[in-house]
Amino acid sequence: MKLSGWGRYPVLETRLHRPRSVEALRALVLSGTGLIARGNGRAYGDSAIGTAATVAMGQFDRMLAFDAETGQLIAEAGVLLGDIITAFLPRGWFPMVTPGTKFVTLGGAIAADVHGKNHHKEGSFRTCVDWIELMGPDGEVRRCSRQANPVLFDHALGGMGLTGIILRAAIRLRPVGTGWIRQLTIPAANLAQAMEAFEEARNTTYSVAWIDCLATGAARGRSLVMLGEHATPADLPPAKAEAPFHVPPRRKFSVPLDFPLFALNRFTVAAFNALYYHAGARKSAARLVDWDGYFYPLDAVNGWNRIYGRKGFAQFQCVLPLDSSQAGLTALLDAIAAAKSGSFLAVLKRFGTQEGALSFPMEGYTLALDFPVNGRSLALLDRLDSITLDHGGRFYLAKDARMSAATLRASDGRVGEFHALRDADGLSDRFRSAQSERLGL
Amino acid sequence: MTIPPVLILGARSDIGRAIAHAYAAGGHPVQLAARGADTLEADRADIALRHGVPVTLHEFDALSTERHADFIDSLPNLPEIAVCAVGLMGRQEDSEQDTANAARVLRSNFEGPASILGVLANRFETRRSGTIIGISSVAGERGRASNYTYGAAKAGFTAFLSGLRNRLTGSGVHVMTVLPGFVATRMTEGLDLPERLTTDPATLARRVLRAAQARRNVIYVTRIWWLVMLIIRNIPEPVFKRLRL
Repeated sequence: MKLSGWGRYPVLETRLHRPRSVEALRALVLSGTGLIARGNGRAYGDSAIGTAATVAMGQFDRMLAFDAETGQLIAEAGVLLGDIITAFLPRGWFPMVTPGTKFVTLGGAIAADVHGKNHHKEGSFRTCVDWIELMGPDGEVRRCSRQANPVLFDHALGGMGLTGIILRAAIRLRPVGTGWIRQLTIPAANLAQAMEAFEEARNTTYSVAWIDCLATGAARGRSLVMLGEHATPADLPPAKAEAPFHVPPRRKFSVPLDFPLFALNRFTVAAFNALYYHAGARKSAARLVDWDGYFYPLDAVNGWNRIYGRKGFAQFQCVLPLDSSQAGLTALLDAIAAAKSGSFLAVLKRFGTQEGALSFPMEGYTLALDFPVNGRSLALLDRLDSITLDHGGRFYLAKDARMSAATLRASDGRVGEFHALRDADGLSDRFRSAQSERLGL
Repeated sequence: MTIPPVLILGARSDIGRAIAHAYAAGGHPVQLAARGADTLEADRADIALRHGVPVTLHEFDALSTERHADFIDSLPNLPEIAVCAVGLMGRQEDSEQDTANAARVLRSNFEGPASILGVLANRFETRRSGTIIGISSVAGERGRASNYTYGAAKAGFTAFLSGLRNRLTGSGVHVMTVLPGFVATRMTEGLDLPERLTTDPATLARRVLRAAQARRNVIYVTRIWWLVMLIIRNIPEPVFKRLRL
């Protein structure tokens, strides 16, 4: 069957298996064909598509144990982050680290070692992972943690499913007092101001900026920097404090059909950006936002990935080291503005320090963009790749759909070591995705 | 008022599991019954953890009809609501060639479910309260070449539920027949199902719950299936026999 990632590009032929038991999964692994596990298909490109076979993990979706003393949850890999929130937020617990959608599986979050708006302070998803159980190429299930099989543990977190199939994990949740976030929006007239706002907010739990990629000249890099903290019951007005975990249900929007491509061009994006910036700048005072609207604004739009039309879209996310961030971001923004290819969604974020054999973040600034797939965008993405390389940056594999193996090798000195471990442990033939083949991982 | 327990017969099935989750989400304690019940420990933990209700496992074989009364006695308490999601589709070609296979399909979809619900009905009648929900199938509405052994058994089960409902009216016991169309489950995996006619187990479970609360008698789960079956039932036999549906 045909399968694609969330970006709907590329669309590839694969054989999709849906095992329902560990035994059935083991039989697939031992069958000898190269395969890759797939969670909810929210990686943007071809990370979770096997050229031979793909293993859907959605049936492994049970929560197994919870310790209210430590906040440790043990669950199968196919459980969605959203299910964890549904079950545990009413009891005062929230994921320690969450990406921008709650529709990712636990296994997917671990394999991509996802990050959230608190990375500068609390690190990537691995921060909250106590252990994982991994099925190896021999079909055996091994528990890996910082104590047991530490090398495998380190490589599996951020290893894009290429070190074995994640079956179960123990993660720690964060105690929260309410389902609300105190949000403060800081308008920044240009890139320097935005970075200054991030540096000043180093101690704030959550920070992220929406950046206008089409603004040029003195306004280049104008942004809305959004800071957030979990609200305590005392922060809530009395009506909300009575039921601090209850938030009003959100209206759901759907993108009913593939958007015609002409709907999204630099004029509409520029108009949207200008409107959004000025609306945001007006609302800059602190306000309360519910968890769903704060962490997952796009989840309210069912099928938002269809907004880019039938050909799909390509995401780009790089991180630049701190000392070259300003120069690198300036060059990236100039290239985007020159190409007049506005990204509907452009996000800037300060990262903190990071551990891991292949995890994406590093201390510095990350920029995430998306573009409709067409010849001009793909040429621009190649430009952005080389600017990133020139400034010592690297790329997020969960978003990538089109990078070259040479670019990856040039960007990340860890790739050779990862490849060597895969070869030594007999992982290379058994666990492979279209992405790993394209990138020579 | 304490929220009464729900018994799920055939708890390993996707529909049974989804209905268990739906009742548990409403605060009902759940009794999961299936063959090899101990292998449902992960499901037990999952339902208990997500919904904060007691969940117990009970060994149950729909085909061991002689033990059905003992099975009911072994439950920690007599449930208020019993859902029978026991079923076996089999391959029609196998049922045609192998009488043992055909007998297993007939017994799993009709004899077994009718037996256990018959025992439960008597207990509920004595207590003068309870709800029995039988998951039958639109396949029982009219026999088709592609699955008539399964369809015949479901037709029998549908008739059984109808008769039970007729008998128990006025006794305080309610019987609801559920006639799902296509549901994306393990049973239908690999079949090429038309998207517009197919529901998922979670949606089906929500509708079953709502219908049971409204004390509906027979539900098609999705309205379109009511229409589809209205048409299928009314095609004259000389025409129908030539169709390949």
